[in-house]
Amino acid sequence: MSIASENMVCVIIGASHAGVNCAFALRREGWKGKIILYDIDKNFPYHRPPLSKTYLTSEEGTEQRLLFPKENYKTDNITLRLGIAVNTIKRKENTISLSDGSSQTYDKLVIATGASPFIPPIQGIDMANNVFPMRTADDAVNIRNTINNSLHKRAVIIGGGYIGLETAASLKKRGAHVTVIEREERVLARVTAAEMSEFFTKLHLRNGVEIHTNKHVISIKRKGNYSVVACDDGTKLNADLIVVGVGITLNTELAQNAGLDIDNGIKVDETTRTNDANIFAIGDCTNHYNPHYKYHLRLESVQNAIEQAKTAAKTICNQKVIYDIIPWFWSDQFDIKLQIIGLSKGYNNIIIRKEGGENSFSIWYFKDDELLAVNAVNFAKAFVLGAKLIKSKQKIDQMKLTDLSIPFKPNSFLA
Amino acid sequence: MAKITFITSDGNSTTVEATSGSVMELGVQNKIKGIDGDCGGVCSCATCHVHVNPAQWDKVGSPLEIENDMLEFDENVSEYSRLSCQIKINEKLDGLVLTVAK
Repeated sequence: MSIASENMVCVIIGASHAGVNCAFALRREGWKGKIILYDIDKNFPYHRPPLSKTYLTSEEGTEQRLLFPKENYKTDNITLRLGIAVNTIKRKENTISLSDGSSQTYDKLVIATGASPFIPPIQGIDMANNVFPMRTADDAVNIRNTINNSLHKRAVIIGGGYIGLETAASLKKRGAHVTVIEREERVLARVTAAEMSEFFTKLHLRNGVEIHTNKHVISIKRKGNYSVVACDDGTKLNADLIVVGVGITLNTELAQNAGLDIDNGIKVDETTRTNDANIFAIGDCTNHYNPHYKYHLRLESVQNAIEQAKTAAKTICNQKVIYDIIPWFWSDQFDIKLQIIGLSKGYNNIIIRKEGGENSFSIWYFKDDELLAVNAVNFAKAFVLGAKLIKSKQKIDQMKLTDLSIPFKPNSFLA
Repeated sequence: MAKITFITSDGNSTTVEATSGSVMELGVQNKIKGIDGDCGGVCSCATCHVHVNPAQWDKVGSPLEIENDMLEFDENVSEYSRLSCQIKINEKLDGLVLTVAK
Protein backbone atom coordinates (compact mmCIF):
# COMPACT_ATOMS: atom_id res chain seq x y z
CA MET A 1 0.00 0.00 0.00
CA SER A 2 1.22 3.47 -0.73
CA ILE A 3 1.21 6.50 1.54
CA ALA A 4 -1.63 7.86 -0.60
CA SER A 5 -3.93 5.14 0.73
CA GLU A 6 -6.54 6.42 3.14
CA ASN A 7 -6.71 3.00 4.77
CA MET A 8 -3.22 3.18 6.24
CA VAL A 9 -2.74 4.01 9.93
CA CYS A 10 0.26 5.66 11.52
CA VAL A 11 0.27 5.47 15.30
CA ILE A 12 2.54 7.78 17.28
CA ILE A 13 3.21 7.08 20.96
CA GLY A 14 4.07 10.30 22.76
CA ALA A 15 2.59 13.71 21.97
CA SER A 16 5.36 16.11 22.87
CA HIS A 17 7.82 17.93 20.58
CA ALA A 18 8.86 14.81 18.66
CA GLY A 19 5.50 13.06 18.31
CA VAL A 20 3.46 16.13 17.45
CA ASN A 21 5.95 17.47 14.93
CA CYS A 22 6.07 14.04 13.32
CA ALA A 23 2.27 14.01 12.94
CA PHE A 24 2.20 17.37 11.17
CA ALA A 25 5.25 16.51 9.08
CA LEU A 26 3.54 13.31 7.89
CA ARG A 27 0.64 15.34 6.54
CA ARG A 28 3.01 17.81 4.91
CA GLU A 29 4.86 14.94 3.20
CA GLY A 30 1.67 13.45 1.81
CA TRP A 31 0.52 10.76 4.25
CA LYS A 32 -3.17 10.33 3.46
CA GLY A 33 -4.08 7.70 6.06
CA LYS A 34 -5.02 8.05 9.70
CA ILE A 35 -2.63 9.60 12.21
CA ILE A 36 -3.31 8.80 15.86
CA LEU A 37 -1.24 10.31 18.68
CA TYR A 38 -1.29 8.92 22.23
CA ASP A 39 0.06 10.46 25.42
CA ILE A 40 -0.40 9.86 29.13
CA ASP A 41 -0.20 13.61 29.76
CA LYS A 42 -3.75 15.05 29.73
CA ASN A 43 -2.64 18.56 28.84
CA PHE A 44 -2.98 19.66 25.23
CA PRO A 45 0.55 19.29 23.70
CA TYR A 46 2.69 22.20 24.79
CA HIS A 47 6.20 23.64 24.55
CA ARG A 48 8.36 22.19 27.32
CA PRO A 49 11.33 24.61 27.50
CA PRO A 50 9.24 27.46 28.99
CA LEU A 51 8.17 25.27 31.93
CA SER A 52 11.31 26.03 33.92
CA LYS A 53 11.44 29.60 32.60
CA THR A 54 8.43 31.81 31.79
CA TYR A 55 5.81 29.54 33.42
CA LEU A 56 7.46 29.88 36.79
CA THR A 57 7.87 33.63 36.53
CA SER A 58 4.36 34.37 35.21
CA GLU A 59 0.82 33.10 35.71
CA GLU A 60 0.72 31.71 32.18
CA GLY A 61 -0.90 28.34 31.53
CA THR A 62 0.43 25.88 28.99
CA GLU A 63 -2.54 26.63 26.72
CA GLN A 64 -0.71 29.87 25.91
CA ARG A 65 2.27 27.91 24.57
CA LEU A 66 0.81 25.09 22.53
CA LEU A 67 3.07 23.34 20.05
CA PHE A 68 0.35 23.80 17.43
CA PRO A 69 -3.05 25.48 17.79
CA LYS A 70 -6.00 23.17 18.43
CA GLU A 71 -7.58 23.98 15.03
CA ASN A 72 -4.55 22.59 13.22
CA TYR A 73 -5.21 19.08 14.52
CA LYS A 74 -8.69 19.32 13.01
CA THR A 75 -7.63 20.77 9.67
CA ASP A 76 -4.84 18.16 9.36
CA ASN A 77 -7.11 15.38 10.59
CA ILE A 78 -4.78 14.28 13.41
CA THR A 79 -6.42 12.31 16.20
CA LEU A 80 -5.14 13.14 19.68
CA ARG A 81 -5.81 10.63 22.44
CA LEU A 82 -4.62 12.23 25.67
CA GLY A 83 -4.56 10.68 29.13
CA ILE A 84 -4.16 7.20 27.69
CA ALA A 85 -1.14 4.95 28.20
CA VAL A 86 0.07 2.41 25.69
CA ASN A 87 0.61 -0.87 27.54
CA THR A 88 2.15 -3.12 24.92
CA ILE A 89 3.28 -3.25 21.33
CA LYS A 90 2.40 -6.56 19.64
CA ARG A 91 4.67 -6.55 16.63
CA LYS A 92 3.42 -9.79 15.12
CA GLU A 93 -0.12 -8.43 15.02
CA ASN A 94 0.84 -4.82 14.21
CA THR A 95 -1.24 -3.77 17.21
CA ILE A 96 -0.85 -1.76 20.37
CA SER A 97 -2.94 -2.30 23.50
CA LEU A 98 -4.10 0.65 25.53
CA SER A 99 -4.76 1.42 29.20
CA ASP A 100 -8.50 1.81 28.54
CA GLY A 101 -8.66 -1.85 27.50
CA SER A 102 -8.91 -1.19 23.77
CA SER A 103 -6.37 -1.86 21.07
CA GLN A 104 -5.33 -0.18 17.84
CA THR A 105 -3.70 -1.60 14.73
CA TYR A 106 -0.99 0.23 12.83
CA ASP A 107 0.81 0.09 9.53
CA LYS A 108 3.59 2.37 10.78
CA LEU A 109 4.43 3.00 14.41
CA VAL A 110 6.48 5.90 15.78
CA ILE A 111 7.78 5.69 19.35
CA ALA A 112 8.33 9.13 20.89
CA THR A 113 8.07 8.22 24.53
CA GLY A 114 10.88 10.49 25.74
CA ALA A 115 12.12 10.22 29.29
CA SER A 116 10.99 10.56 32.89
CA PRO A 117 12.74 12.41 35.70
CA PHE A 118 15.05 10.24 37.75
CA ILE A 119 14.11 10.40 41.42
CA PRO A 120 17.18 9.39 43.44
CA PRO A 121 16.68 6.92 46.30
CA ILE A 122 17.17 9.48 49.07
CA GLN A 123 15.96 8.34 52.46
CA GLY A 124 12.52 9.84 53.18
CA ILE A 125 11.99 11.36 49.71
CA ASP A 126 8.79 9.38 49.16
CA MET A 127 7.26 10.62 52.41
CA ALA A 128 8.35 14.24 52.10
CA ASN A 129 6.10 17.18 51.34
CA ASN A 130 6.14 19.12 48.12
CA VAL A 131 8.85 17.29 46.21
CA PHE A 132 8.54 17.71 42.46
CA PRO A 133 10.58 17.04 39.36
CA MET A 134 10.45 19.56 36.47
CA ARG A 135 9.36 17.84 33.30
CA THR A 136 5.64 18.30 32.70
CA ALA A 137 3.08 21.09 32.77
CA ASP A 138 1.66 19.60 35.97
CA ASP A 139 5.11 19.72 37.59
CA ALA A 140 5.43 23.42 36.73
CA VAL A 141 1.96 24.18 38.10
CA ASN A 142 2.69 22.24 41.30
CA ILE A 143 5.95 24.11 41.82
CA ARG A 144 4.33 27.46 41.17
CA ASN A 145 1.39 26.76 43.48
CA THR A 146 3.66 25.53 46.26
CA ILE A 147 5.68 28.73 46.21
CA ASN A 148 2.55 30.89 45.93
CA ASN A 149 0.96 29.21 48.94
CA SER A 150 4.09 29.15 51.07
CA LEU A 151 4.76 31.73 53.74
CA HIS A 152 8.54 31.30 53.89
CA LYS A 153 9.09 30.30 50.24
CA ARG A 154 12.23 28.26 50.92
CA ALA A 155 13.12 26.23 47.86
CA VAL A 156 15.82 23.57 47.75
CA ILE A 157 16.86 22.38 44.31
CA ILE A 158 18.64 19.04 44.14
CA GLY A 159 20.90 19.09 41.09
CA GLY A 160 22.87 21.91 39.47
CA GLY A 161 22.29 21.09 35.83
CA TYR A 162 20.32 23.19 33.33
CA ILE A 163 16.92 22.21 34.76
CA GLY A 164 18.03 22.92 38.31
CA LEU A 165 19.65 26.26 37.49
CA GLU A 166 16.81 27.50 35.28
CA THR A 167 14.30 26.57 37.96
CA ALA A 168 16.46 28.28 40.58
CA ALA A 169 16.62 31.49 38.55
CA SER A 170 12.88 31.51 37.90
CA LEU A 171 11.96 30.81 41.52
CA LYS A 172 14.33 33.54 42.67
CA LYS A 173 12.61 35.98 40.31
CA ARG A 174 9.35 34.88 41.88
CA GLY A 175 10.58 35.87 45.32
CA ALA A 176 11.67 32.51 46.72
CA HIS A 177 14.77 31.83 48.85
CA VAL A 178 16.63 29.34 46.70
CA THR A 179 19.43 26.88 47.49
CA VAL A 180 20.93 24.57 44.87
CA ILE A 181 22.70 21.40 46.02
CA GLU A 182 25.08 19.77 43.54
CA ARG A 183 27.05 16.62 44.26
CA GLU A 184 29.83 17.35 41.73
CA GLU A 185 32.48 19.95 42.47
CA ARG A 186 30.82 22.45 40.15
CA VAL A 187 27.43 23.14 38.56
CA LEU A 188 26.92 22.07 34.92
CA ALA A 189 29.88 19.72 35.41
CA ARG A 190 28.64 17.19 32.90
CA VAL A 191 28.01 19.64 30.07
CA THR A 192 30.41 22.61 30.09
CA ALA A 193 33.97 23.70 30.75
CA ALA A 194 34.89 24.81 34.28
CA GLU A 195 34.95 28.46 33.16
CA MET A 196 31.29 28.30 32.18
CA SER A 197 30.38 26.65 35.49
CA GLU A 198 32.17 29.46 37.29
CA PHE A 199 30.30 32.10 35.30
CA PHE A 200 26.91 30.57 36.12
CA THR A 201 27.82 30.07 39.76
CA LYS A 202 28.72 33.76 40.06
CA LEU A 203 25.56 34.77 38.19
CA HIS A 204 23.40 32.88 40.66
CA LEU A 205 25.30 34.09 43.72
CA ARG A 206 25.01 37.68 42.50
CA ASN A 207 21.27 37.21 42.24
CA GLY A 208 20.98 35.78 45.73
CA VAL A 209 20.78 32.04 44.98
CA GLU A 210 22.84 29.88 47.35
CA ILE A 211 24.89 27.15 45.71
CA HIS A 212 26.38 24.20 47.58
CA THR A 213 28.67 21.89 45.62
CA ASN A 214 30.41 18.64 46.57
CA LYS A 215 27.40 17.71 48.67
CA HIS A 216 25.12 14.72 48.67
CA VAL A 217 21.60 14.88 50.02
CA ILE A 218 21.30 11.90 52.37
CA SER A 219 17.83 12.32 53.81
CA ILE A 220 14.65 14.36 53.70
CA LYS A 221 12.53 14.52 56.84
CA ARG A 222 9.00 15.81 56.92
CA LYS A 223 8.32 18.36 59.67
CA GLY A 224 4.73 19.50 59.56
CA ASN A 225 4.28 21.55 56.40
CA TYR A 226 7.96 21.75 55.54
CA SER A 227 10.87 19.33 55.14
CA VAL A 228 14.43 19.19 56.43
CA VAL A 229 16.99 18.33 53.78
CA ALA A 230 20.14 16.81 55.27
CA CYS A 231 23.48 16.55 53.44
CA ASP A 232 26.47 14.27 53.98
CA ASP A 233 28.58 17.11 55.46
CA GLY A 234 26.01 17.85 58.19
CA THR A 235 24.31 20.74 56.37
CA LYS A 236 20.59 20.92 57.12
CA LEU A 237 18.17 23.05 55.13
CA ASN A 238 14.50 23.75 55.76
CA ALA A 239 12.49 23.47 52.58
CA ASP A 240 8.91 24.40 51.73
CA LEU A 241 9.57 23.17 48.21
CA ILE A 242 12.04 20.61 46.87
CA VAL A 243 12.73 20.36 43.15
CA VAL A 244 14.62 17.32 41.88
CA GLY A 245 16.67 17.86 38.73
CA VAL A 246 19.30 15.12 38.67
CA GLY A 247 18.72 13.61 35.27
CA ILE A 248 16.33 11.28 33.54
CA THR A 249 15.48 7.65 32.96
CA LEU A 250 14.56 6.75 29.42
CA ASN A 251 11.06 5.57 28.62
CA THR A 252 12.23 2.55 26.66
CA GLU A 253 10.36 -0.17 28.53
CA LEU A 254 7.58 -0.43 25.94
CA ALA A 255 10.11 -0.82 23.13
CA GLN A 256 12.23 -3.23 25.12
CA ASN A 257 9.25 -5.46 25.95
CA ALA A 258 8.42 -5.52 22.26
CA GLY A 259 11.90 -6.89 21.55
CA LEU A 260 13.31 -3.78 19.88
CA ASP A 261 17.07 -3.24 20.17
CA ILE A 262 17.98 -1.06 23.13
CA ASP A 263 21.42 0.30 23.98
CA ASN A 264 21.35 3.53 25.98
CA GLY A 265 18.09 4.36 24.21
CA ILE A 266 16.13 2.76 21.41
CA LYS A 267 18.61 1.98 18.65
CA VAL A 268 17.69 3.61 15.36
CA ASP A 269 19.44 3.86 12.00
CA GLU A 270 20.17 7.08 10.09
CA THR A 271 16.52 7.24 9.00
CA THR A 272 15.19 6.81 12.60
CA ARG A 273 14.06 3.25 11.84
CA THR A 274 14.38 0.61 14.59
CA ASN A 275 15.22 -3.04 13.95
CA ASP A 276 11.55 -3.48 12.97
CA ALA A 277 11.01 -2.04 9.47
CA ASN A 278 7.58 -0.63 10.41
CA ILE A 279 8.63 0.92 13.70
CA PHE A 280 10.48 4.22 14.11
CA ALA A 281 11.73 5.97 17.22
CA ILE A 282 12.41 9.70 17.67
CA GLY A 283 13.44 12.23 20.31
CA ASP A 284 15.06 11.87 23.73
CA CYS A 285 14.52 8.09 23.89
CA THR A 286 16.65 7.24 20.82
CA ASN A 287 20.27 6.28 20.38
CA HIS A 288 21.44 7.30 16.92
CA TYR A 289 24.58 7.89 14.90
CA ASN A 290 25.82 11.40 14.27
CA PRO A 291 27.65 11.51 10.90
CA HIS A 292 29.48 14.76 11.70
CA TYR A 293 30.97 13.64 15.02
CA LYS A 294 31.10 10.00 13.95
CA TYR A 295 29.75 8.40 17.11
CA HIS A 296 26.48 7.10 18.53
CA LEU A 297 24.72 9.31 21.01
CA ARG A 298 21.51 10.28 22.70
CA LEU A 299 20.34 13.87 22.68
CA GLU A 300 17.91 15.58 25.02
CA SER A 301 16.88 18.61 23.00
CA VAL A 302 14.06 20.27 21.13
CA GLN A 303 16.08 20.36 17.93
CA ASN A 304 16.71 16.61 18.04
CA ALA A 305 13.03 15.92 18.71
CA ILE A 306 11.85 18.07 15.81
CA GLU A 307 14.50 17.06 13.27
CA GLN A 308 14.16 13.34 13.98
CA ALA A 309 10.39 13.80 13.69
CA LYS A 310 10.83 15.28 10.22
CA THR A 311 13.27 12.53 9.22
CA ALA A 312 10.83 9.81 10.36
CA ALA A 313 7.93 11.46 8.49
CA LYS A 314 9.92 11.69 5.27
CA THR A 315 11.15 8.12 5.55
CA ILE A 316 7.64 6.82 6.20
CA CYS A 317 6.56 8.75 3.08
CA ASN A 318 9.23 6.93 1.04
CA GLN A 319 11.68 9.80 0.70
CA LYS A 320 15.41 9.25 1.00
CA VAL A 321 16.77 11.23 3.90
CA ILE A 322 19.63 10.91 6.38
CA TYR A 323 19.56 12.34 9.90
CA ASP A 324 22.63 14.57 10.06
CA ILE A 325 22.64 17.55 12.40
CA ILE A 326 24.99 19.73 14.37
CA PRO A 327 23.24 19.74 17.75
CA TRP A 328 22.24 23.03 19.35
CA PHE A 329 20.80 23.91 22.74
CA TRP A 330 19.93 27.00 24.73
CA SER A 331 19.32 28.03 28.32
CA ASP A 332 17.82 31.25 29.72
CA GLN A 333 18.72 32.20 33.30
CA PHE A 334 18.15 35.69 34.74
CA ASP A 335 19.23 38.12 31.99
CA ILE A 336 21.60 35.60 30.41
CA LYS A 337 21.05 33.62 27.24
CA LEU A 338 23.42 30.71 26.77
CA GLN A 339 23.50 29.20 23.30
CA ILE A 340 25.40 26.05 22.51
CA ILE A 341 26.31 24.75 19.09
CA GLY A 342 28.03 21.42 18.67
CA LEU A 343 29.18 18.68 21.05
CA SER A 344 32.27 19.34 23.12
CA LYS A 345 32.93 15.69 24.04
CA GLY A 346 36.60 14.86 23.59
CA TYR A 347 37.91 18.44 23.58
CA ASN A 348 41.48 19.07 24.67
CA ASN A 349 41.70 22.84 24.38
CA ILE A 350 39.41 25.82 24.87
CA ILE A 351 39.61 29.45 23.83
CA ILE A 352 37.62 32.10 25.63
CA ARG A 353 36.69 35.33 23.86
CA LYS A 354 35.32 38.20 25.91
CA GLU A 355 33.50 40.83 23.90
CA GLY A 356 33.42 44.11 25.81
CA GLY A 357 30.88 43.58 28.56
CA GLU A 358 31.48 41.10 31.38
CA ASN A 359 28.35 39.16 30.53
CA SER A 360 29.08 38.71 26.85
CA PHE A 361 31.59 36.03 25.85
CA SER A 362 32.07 32.75 24.09
CA ILE A 363 33.97 29.52 24.77
CA TRP A 364 35.36 27.63 21.77
CA TYR A 365 36.05 23.92 22.28
CA PHE A 366 38.74 22.32 20.13
CA LYS A 367 40.12 18.85 19.71
CA ASP A 368 43.57 19.68 18.36
CA ASP A 369 42.73 21.94 15.41
CA GLU A 370 39.13 20.83 14.94
CA LEU A 371 36.39 23.06 16.33
CA LEU A 372 33.91 20.84 18.18
CA ALA A 373 31.55 23.25 19.88
CA VAL A 374 30.91 26.86 20.87
CA ASN A 375 29.14 28.11 24.01
CA ALA A 376 27.93 31.69 23.53
CA VAL A 377 26.76 33.83 26.43
CA ASN A 378 24.71 36.86 25.39
CA PHE A 379 26.60 36.77 22.10
CA ALA A 380 24.55 35.02 19.44
CA LYS A 381 27.08 35.92 16.72
CA ALA A 382 29.48 33.34 18.11
CA PHE A 383 26.69 30.74 18.09
CA VAL A 384 25.88 31.44 14.43
CA LEU A 385 29.49 31.63 13.27
CA GLY A 386 30.37 28.55 15.32
CA ALA A 387 27.64 26.62 13.51
CA LYS A 388 29.08 27.57 10.12
CA LEU A 389 32.66 26.76 11.07
CA ILE A 390 31.81 23.42 12.69
CA LYS A 391 29.69 22.34 9.74
CA SER A 392 32.21 23.39 7.08
CA LYS A 393 35.19 22.04 9.07
CA GLN A 394 37.14 25.11 8.00
CA LYS A 395 40.47 25.39 9.79
CA ILE A 396 40.69 28.13 12.37
CA ASP A 397 43.71 30.17 13.41
CA GLN A 398 43.37 29.93 17.17
CA MET A 399 45.73 32.87 17.69
CA LYS A 400 43.41 35.11 15.70
CA LEU A 401 40.46 33.93 17.73
CA THR A 402 42.15 35.06 20.95
CA ASP A 403 43.03 38.46 19.45
CA LEU A 404 40.26 40.86 20.47
CA SER A 405 41.57 43.55 18.14
CA ILE A 406 40.33 41.43 15.24
CA PRO A 407 36.71 42.31 14.55
CA PHE A 408 34.18 39.48 14.85
CA LYS A 409 33.39 38.73 11.20
CA PRO A 410 32.71 35.47 9.32
CA ASN A 411 36.19 35.16 7.80
CA SER A 412 38.21 36.81 10.56
CA PHE A 413 39.47 33.66 12.21
CA LEU A 414 40.17 31.38 9.28
CA ALA A 415 43.64 29.86 9.07
CA MET B 1 -7.07 43.16 13.41
CA ALA B 2 -4.09 43.02 11.04
CA LYS B 3 -3.92 41.29 7.69
CA ILE B 4 -0.44 39.99 6.97
CA THR B 5 0.80 38.47 3.71
CA PHE B 6 3.52 35.80 3.60
CA ILE B 7 5.33 35.13 0.34
CA THR B 8 7.09 31.75 0.47
CA SER B 9 10.12 30.49 -1.46
CA ASP B 10 7.90 28.63 -3.93
CA GLY B 11 6.31 31.95 -4.91
CA ASN B 12 2.99 31.35 -3.16
CA SER B 13 1.37 34.20 -1.34
CA THR B 14 -0.92 33.71 1.65
CA THR B 15 -2.80 36.47 3.46
CA VAL B 16 -3.97 35.75 6.99
CA GLU B 17 -5.20 37.84 9.87
CA ALA B 18 -4.70 38.05 13.59
CA THR B 19 -5.15 40.41 16.51
CA SER B 20 -2.47 39.22 18.90
CA GLY B 21 0.52 36.96 19.32
CA SER B 22 3.66 37.03 17.23
CA VAL B 23 4.03 36.88 13.47
CA MET B 24 5.86 33.54 13.92
CA GLU B 25 2.86 32.08 15.73
CA LEU B 26 0.59 33.33 12.97
CA GLY B 27 2.84 31.66 10.39
CA VAL B 28 2.94 28.32 12.24
CA GLN B 29 -0.83 28.39 12.72
CA ASN B 30 -1.32 28.85 8.99
CA LYS B 31 1.36 26.35 7.97
CA ILE B 32 3.46 28.92 6.17
CA LYS B 33 6.37 27.05 4.61
CA GLY B 34 9.68 28.13 6.16
CA ILE B 35 8.19 29.47 9.40
CA ASP B 36 8.95 26.79 11.98
CA GLY B 37 9.57 28.57 15.28
CA ASP B 38 11.32 25.53 16.74
CA CYS B 39 12.42 27.27 19.94
CA GLY B 40 8.91 28.46 20.70
CA GLY B 41 9.63 32.13 20.12
CA VAL B 42 12.59 32.97 22.33
CA CYS B 43 15.00 34.14 19.65
CA SER B 44 17.18 31.05 19.94
CA CYS B 45 16.85 29.15 16.66
CA ALA B 46 16.33 31.54 13.71
CA THR B 47 13.76 29.25 12.05
CA CYS B 48 11.30 32.10 11.51
CA HIS B 49 13.40 34.49 9.40
CA VAL B 50 11.48 36.92 7.15
CA HIS B 51 12.31 39.88 4.93
CA VAL B 52 10.06 42.87 5.50
CA ASN B 53 8.78 44.76 2.47
CA PRO B 54 11.22 47.72 2.47
CA ALA B 55 8.45 50.29 2.08
CA GLN B 56 6.90 48.98 5.30
CA TRP B 57 10.09 48.72 7.37
CA ASP B 58 9.11 51.62 9.63
CA LYS B 59 5.87 49.89 10.61
CA VAL B 60 7.80 46.91 11.92
CA GLY B 61 10.92 48.55 13.30
CA SER B 62 14.48 47.39 13.85
CA PRO B 63 15.57 44.18 15.58
CA LEU B 64 16.96 44.05 19.09
CA GLU B 65 20.66 43.28 19.59
CA ILE B 66 20.29 39.52 20.15
CA GLU B 67 18.05 39.21 17.13
CA ASN B 68 20.51 41.21 15.07
CA ASP B 69 23.32 38.92 16.24
CA MET B 70 21.33 35.85 15.20
CA LEU B 71 20.77 37.33 11.75
CA GLU B 72 24.02 39.11 10.92
CA PHE B 73 25.94 36.07 9.64
CA ASP B 74 22.93 34.35 8.08
CA GLU B 75 23.54 33.60 4.41
CA ASN B 76 20.16 35.00 3.44
CA VAL B 77 20.27 38.13 5.57
CA SER B 78 19.14 41.45 4.09
CA GLU B 79 18.90 44.90 5.61
CA TYR B 80 15.18 44.18 6.02
CA SER B 81 15.59 40.87 7.88
CA ARG B 82 13.67 40.12 11.06
CA LEU B 83 12.96 37.04 13.15
CA SER B 84 9.19 36.90 13.07
CA CYS B 85 8.91 35.57 16.64
CA GLN B 86 10.07 39.00 17.75
CA ILE B 87 7.39 40.91 15.80
CA LYS B 88 4.28 41.34 17.92
CA ILE B 89 1.03 41.68 16.01
CA ASN B 90 -0.91 44.92 16.35
CA GLU B 91 -3.21 46.99 14.14
CA LYS B 92 -0.34 49.03 12.75
CA LEU B 93 0.88 45.93 10.93
CA ASP B 94 -2.29 45.72 8.81
CA GLY B 95 -1.31 45.21 5.17
CA LEU B 96 2.23 44.05 5.96
CA VAL B 97 3.96 41.92 3.32
CA LEU B 98 6.72 39.52 4.42
CA THR B 99 8.92 37.31 2.28
CA VAL B 100 9.93 34.12 4.09
CA ALA B 101 13.71 33.67 3.97
CA LYS B 102 15.09 30.56 2.33
